[in-house]
Amino acid sequence: MADITAPAYRTIPIIPALKPGAMEGKGPFIANEKHQEALGFPGQVPDDWHDKAIAKMGELLSKFRSLRVYMDACVHCGACSDKCHYFIGTQDPKNMPVARQDLMRSVYRRYFTFAGKYFPKLVGARDLTREVLDEWYNYYHQCSECRRCSVFCPYGIDTAEITMAAREVLASVGLGQKYSNEIIAKVHKIGNNLGLPEPALVDTLEGLEEDVKEDTGLDIKFPVDVKGAEVLLITPSADFFAEPHIDGLIGYAKVFHATGTSWTLSSMASEGANFGMFIGNYEQLRKVALRIREAALELGVKRIIVGECGHAWRVAYSFWNTLSGVGDGADETDRFAQMLQKQLDHRYKQPTHICEFTWDLIQRDALKFDKSKNDQHIITMHDSCNVARGSRMGDLPGGQFEIPRNIIKAVANNFVEMDANTTRERTFCCGGGGGLLTDDLMELRVKGALPRMEVLNQAVEEHGVNYMAAICAICKTQFSKIMPVYGFDRRMVGGVHQLVSNAIILGDK
Amino acid sequence: MSVIFAILFYLATLVFVVGLLSRISLYARTPAPLKIPTTPAPTTKTGVVFRLTREVVFFESLFKANLWTWAMGWLFHASLLLVTLRHLRYFTDPVWGWIAFIQPFGVYAGITMLLGLCGLWVRRLFVERIRYISTPSDHLWLVLLIIIAISGLMMQFVSHTDVVAVKSYFLGLLHFSIGTLPADAPLMLHLFLVFALLALFPLSKLLHAPGVFFSPTRNQTDDCREHRHLSAWGSKMESEN
Repeated sequence: MADITAPAYRTIPIIPALKPGAMEGKGPFIANEKHQEALGFPGQVPDDWHDKAIAKMGELLSKFRSLRVYMDACVHCGACSDKCHYFIGTQDPKNMPVARQDLMRSVYRRYFTFAGKYFPKLVGARDLTREVLDEWYNYYHQCSECRRCSVFCPYGIDTAEITMAAREVLASVGLGQKYSNEIIAKVHKIGNNLGLPEPALVDTLEGLEEDVKEDTGLDIKFPVDVKGAEVLLITPSADFFAEPHIDGLIGYAKVFHATGTSWTLSSMASEGANFGMFIGNYEQLRKVALRIREAALELGVKRIIVGECGHAWRVAYSFWNTLSGVGDGADETDRFAQMLQKQLDHRYKQPTHICEFTWDLIQRDALKFDKSKNDQHIITMHDSCNVARGSRMGDLPGGQFEIPRNIIKAVANNFVEMDANTTRERTFCCGGGGGLLTDDLMELRVKGALPRMEVLNQAVEEHGVNYMAAICAICKTQFSKIMPVYGFDRRMVGGVHQLVSNAIILGDK
Repeated sequence: MSVIFAILFYLATLVFVVGLLSRISLYARTPAPLKIPTTPAPTTKTGVVFRLTREVVFFESLFKANLWTWAMGWLFHASLLLVTLRHLRYFTDPVWGWIAFIQPFGVYAGITMLLGLCGLWVRRLFVERIRYISTPSDHLWLVLLIIIAISGLMMQFVSHTDVVAVKSYFLGLLHFSIGTLPADAPLMLHLFLVFALLALFPLSKLLHAPGVFFSPTRNQTDDCREHRHLSAWGSKMESEN
């Protein structure tokens, strides 16, 4: 950490010159045998890895229309070439979205297209050699699957889809990523990413209840495994003790407390994150999501609410209905989904984001705030990539931008926007998403945060911003780690519900 | 020579139609197991039609990305559309009224098409990032289209081709009778390259044209919570456990 320095701010918006090879060999640790096999992947690179990898590619091409179309459709127009935060921060040309895609597209052309089979040089096709495979490992782990490039592509090509496919191929030939695979194994074994077993979780939450009591004088509960509760809260496990995440959890609990909502956490499903998405493996994605279904059925809850976590909300909003039936609108004959959907209360959206829940209460005047409690903050909003470009809140497109901002404005007096080219659907990734929030990628994380830090710095200089709100556990962890490298206070980043927690007026009614 | 060009015409058309249809059917048959629209996305089917229309007609996303590429790309594509429509007069008798109407615009479109193509090529040659990602085929496609445009314009402005004879030749081909094609060099070059383009279309990056309609990030409705979206292979997993 000490030897990694922040790259210099650019005079916005100059597109950086290329530095070929700048991030060669800077990939993350490879998963060991144990972590690979725990997820059903081979522990080592097999002798016939080449044929296996090509076969896997063929399988994915036949199962995912996105990959199928995106391999063909790119015309190398360059629209995406300056849009990736990792390219901007590292200047490595292979971190341009199109070049990252081409690492796989060149192999696709060689093995799956007429032109590439007979005229490889002409169309830039190449054999899948061990060097190419290692290059894949390196650069497909320098993509946070944030989808910023897909906003600008005239065909909507989403590099995240290609990164996921590449990681899936890599894992299937023994080259999984240590960080993600280790975490997924913990979720299956213990119930959350941190490997926090039930007694420790209960203990932590009891301690938290005491702290909050000391602070507010009120008995605000953090219930676990309460059968018959109305709401099941699924939140990233970082919310249980990491800073500043925990202040958000306190915020959710205060909102539940203020409205007398009966709610519970689940020890079996004490994790909102789903790293199955990061490694691009549908089976793992589904398996991790099924824990939540199981917990909901077992506890008999009527609503499922998701805490502040970016990719978790994408998975919950966009994929849960498909994977586990948490949602609405399943076919009458769909017994799997109906089992759960009959239990859920469809006057509410299933699942609901905690921001949707809180904003709904604010609109109905069910919460009272003392906005001056947040007067020490000049607040701006960092839209988290997965929330911004992979999900929605409320009834209208773009609700994922409006609702968190509406909440902030309802609980605080000072709110300013950052440069519009870097917010809402054009937001920059924090630099740590997509399974890259690991210490072995610290250089990448620092450099990848450059575009956001530049714009934040502008907002600091122009408006004196001292609080950047984010609704994502990864954003919060990443920023509190790398902001000091850029000379900012690590406590500048915080959740939206941390602000809610500061301002909410509780007490006996 | 007339016979060779007739064979090339039929062959190129066949490869184009069969190749394109088989590619489209492959795209259509490949499942999209998860909802992945790039949000904010339309929540209704009508909204998706509008989104795709904006994308195809105005190149909305490219406009957001880069004004120069958008301007050159749009100029080229819009001109190409006009020019192609204008060429329908060689295949219809009597010529449809609106085709006759656009004839003069079609000529200018030939020039703007050439401008757009040159602009795109300049960008590909001189912008470092774009040069880095370009393959030889990327350059060759532009060269091919530029020569098609120049040879076409030459017939209009430099050495006039007997277009009446060209028309009767193609009308004949439509009825499988091979007449006589004027033996002009620009015409032959023009036709040969157009046939090459048609035949290579389904094997190349020109598949971006059908591809955009099948792109899940653009053609999916954002109604994830309201409707359960399930692929055949995804739902099979549910019966397995």
